[in-house]
Amino acid sequence: MPVPAIELRNISKSFGSIAANKNINLTVNRGEILSILGENGSGKTTLMNMICGIYFPDHGQIFIDGKEVVIRSPRDSFEYKIGMIHQHFKLVDVFSAAENIILGMEDTGKYNLKKSIEQIKKISEEYGFDIDPNKKIYEMSVSEKQTVEIIKVLYRGADILILDEPTAVLTPQETDKLFTVLRKMKENGKSIIIITHKLHEVLSISDKVSVLRKGEYIGTLITKETNESQLTEMMVGKKISLDIDRSEPEGCEDRLVVENLNCTNSDGIKTLDSVSFTAKSGEILGIAGIAGSGQKELLESIAGLQKFDSGEIVYNNPKTGKADNLKGKTPLQIRELGVRLSFVPEDRLGMGLVGNMDITDNMMLRSYRKGKTAFLKRGAPKKLAEKVVSDLEVVTPGIGTPVRRLSGGNVQKILVGREIAFAPTVFMAAYPVRGLDINSSYLIYNLLNEQKENGVAVIFVGEDLDVLLELCDRIMVLSSGSVTGIVDAKNTTKEELGILMTKNSKGGYGDEQ
Amino acid sequence: MSNNTGKKAHEPLFHIIKRNGLPFWKSWLIRILSVIAALIVCGIVIVFVTGENPLEMYKTMFEGAFGTERRRWGLMQDLAMLLCVSLAVTPAFKMKFWNIGAEGQVLIGGLATAACMILFGEKLSPYILYPLMICSSIIAGAVWAVIPAFFKAKWNTNETLFTLMMNYIAIQILSYFSYIWSNPKGSGKIGIINASSSAGWLPYIGNNKYLFNILIVLALTIFMYIYLKYSKHGYELSVVGESENTARYIGINVKKVIIRTMLLSGAICGIAGLLLVAGANHTVSSNAADGRGFTAIMVSWLAKFNPIYMILTSLLLVFLDKGATEISTTFSLNDSFSEIITGIIIFFIIGSEFFINYKIKFREKEVITKPEVKEGNEQ
Repeated sequence: MPVPAIELRNISKSFGSIAANKNINLTVNRGEILSILGENGSGKTTLMNMICGIYFPDHGQIFIDGKEVVIRSPRDSFEYKIGMIHQHFKLVDVFSAAENIILGMEDTGKYNLKKSIEQIKKISEEYGFDIDPNKKIYEMSVSEKQTVEIIKVLYRGADILILDEPTAVLTPQETDKLFTVLRKMKENGKSIIIITHKLHEVLSISDKVSVLRKGEYIGTLITKETNESQLTEMMVGKKISLDIDRSEPEGCEDRLVVENLNCTNSDGIKTLDSVSFTAKSGEILGIAGIAGSGQKELLESIAGLQKFDSGEIVYNNPKTGKADNLKGKTPLQIRELGVRLSFVPEDRLGMGLVGNMDITDNMMLRSYRKGKTAFLKRGAPKKLAEKVVSDLEVVTPGIGTPVRRLSGGNVQKILVGREIAFAPTVFMAAYPVRGLDINSSYLIYNLLNEQKENGVAVIFVGEDLDVLLELCDRIMVLSSGSVTGIVDAKNTTKEELGILMTKNSKGGYGDEQ
Repeated sequence: MSNNTGKKAHEPLFHIIKRNGLPFWKSWLIRILSVIAALIVCGIVIVFVTGENPLEMYKTMFEGAFGTERRRWGLMQDLAMLLCVSLAVTPAFKMKFWNIGAEGQVLIGGLATAACMILFGEKLSPYILYPLMICSSIIAGAVWAVIPAFFKAKWNTNETLFTLMMNYIAIQILSYFSYIWSNPKGSGKIGIINASSSAGWLPYIGNNKYLFNILIVLALTIFMYIYLKYSKHGYELSVVGESENTARYIGINVKKVIIRTMLLSGAICGIAGLLLVAGANHTVSSNAADGRGFTAIMVSWLAKFNPIYMILTSLLLVFLDKGATEISTTFSLNDSFSEIITGIIIFFIIGSEFFINYKIKFREKEVITKPEVKEGNEQ
């Protein structure tokens, strides 16, 4: 057996009481591509950050070429010829490609941009990159920026390349191009670790696949000897029963009808692709999908926070019986139409709440406009704050405490409590139990169920498939911005959801079709 | 285990940890200690550099600011003017709109006042002249402030550069009019306006030139305190400042709030210009604002945007300024030395805010000396 280029043995890392990685083992040989597969929060990025010196492992050993090493900083990892291409590019916008590539290099020689450009051109030719070294970063497309990042690590002589979800931002054509380059690197004897959760990509590019789930190492398979369903099963695991009470939906009416919603982000990438669905009153509609599949854009479009290219969002008002189109309306206009829409966004302190304000002032966000005078009335919000704190058992020194000082669970209770107090007819929640302990999570599930029983149309964006299966009535699956299926939660399985989540937008598995 | 040694090398000598709120008295104790520490350090510097008695010097400083009735009123007037500009920049800063153009807004407000006094001072009855002066100074200041706000709201331009550049434009416009209206002709300076008739001068209360200004600023302070804390506008601008996304989420029209807040900010700068020109100097020149537009930023930040605390912080800065001038004349030292003293004191006071917000936790000694024991306990 050859000596592996990099080997991890029993690597563990915890953040506070949460174990992000538990006894992970990996090996990558020279001229090999390893995929790391796992759902959100399975610890892929944490693991990679330990290899490139951003985090330091609590336990375990790292071997490079058979020798044990200690990687304490990114500089150490450079010395071991490890290069990481992060999901979020770390480039200086106003510098050119070449300037970014040589930035931070401690050469003993003189600053010689010309020589560097020559070398960059040589690397580009060798691997087939198409890049102008003098082009400024701000003029570049996403895929060009990624190319700069890759050349940057090659320029530093990296032999082990780690790519964190490199295809998340690329079009299918750009992905193909990237894969050609990666295969060429493999031929040149480089070791490549690629993080992804797109199954068809795993199957088409890698030699080996290692699967992580909830921070644990599940196993490594040879790509040729495996298939999607086996990988999906390893990735999502066995179904766990959670005992969430689910009542039968009653009195369902079409409350919110979304048709053909299309949305493009500032990089020109489609975030929502012909999304159509109906949210019914008295029912919980789950939305499943890998993070960044369009969940945020979808909810924000409904809330009036995101401009979309085309499509309709129609709200059937139970009071007036009218159907109102929410297209092109601001959040305030939507509210003035009489649409009682509550929204618990993913980024609680960055969107739903104001961290530096106290609980009372945060309660007031929805209601401060009440009253004709120019002055605020803090009486009612104060009462609501007291009620939410006691009903939802928020742990806080008092209602005068800034919410940023509260723990994640308590912050979420404040936000959910306020949104429920708004007496909604549509209740949208994005990852409402993320970072919450078990008790707080169940409290949130119960609140959502309570809303459903009150005839509210609940839209629940979740990441834990077990929760989605037990809490929701129907589950819609998003993949790269398009709906890959709307299934009945009672008659579906985790595997089915897993396959829908990793399906590409054309409905197939890349190479196979 | 080799990576355990790695971990130890990883742990730095001390950590900086954010405090989770400090009791009121404790934060003030830290502030008072910082002032004492500043005075001690200044004392050492004074002895080493000049050989003078530091206590003597502090006494001179105090006398320079509070020594005579005239000085006390001068101090009050300067405090009032600085406070007025600080009140003006506060809503903008609370909204995280980095308005460093207060200097220009004050100048333009002052110029508008001076223009009314020069052009109409002896022609219009005071009943028309005063409202005209007030309106034009407010409008001029507000317009000067709303231009960058408009560009920010519409095209998201950088307000810091924009407001800064507006200062230079204001200074140039003022120099131009100083030439046009120079008195005596050709001197390039606007002398005392309406020196004989006192038309357009703000009224003296009793025999006091400054009391009127001080009362106006006091009223503005109370107004700003209420506006920021109890009005819907004040609430909206805080939400916009803290998180633009939350503001949008809740349906606040962010652009409207930016423009409205800058209109207010500029209007108060305009009033500061009015008080300076019609209430105190009775003339205008390009250094009429005297850097207050910038000092005000410090006043506002030090007081954490609380108008009541701003009375104290502007008192501190005005006191240091007056005191420092006094030492340099009494001890015939140059200006630079008194500025060093002021600098040290301000440095300590700003530094104390760090210790109020953070605490420093040193590496625990046992971990370094007895690692094996700790490891044994774990296993």
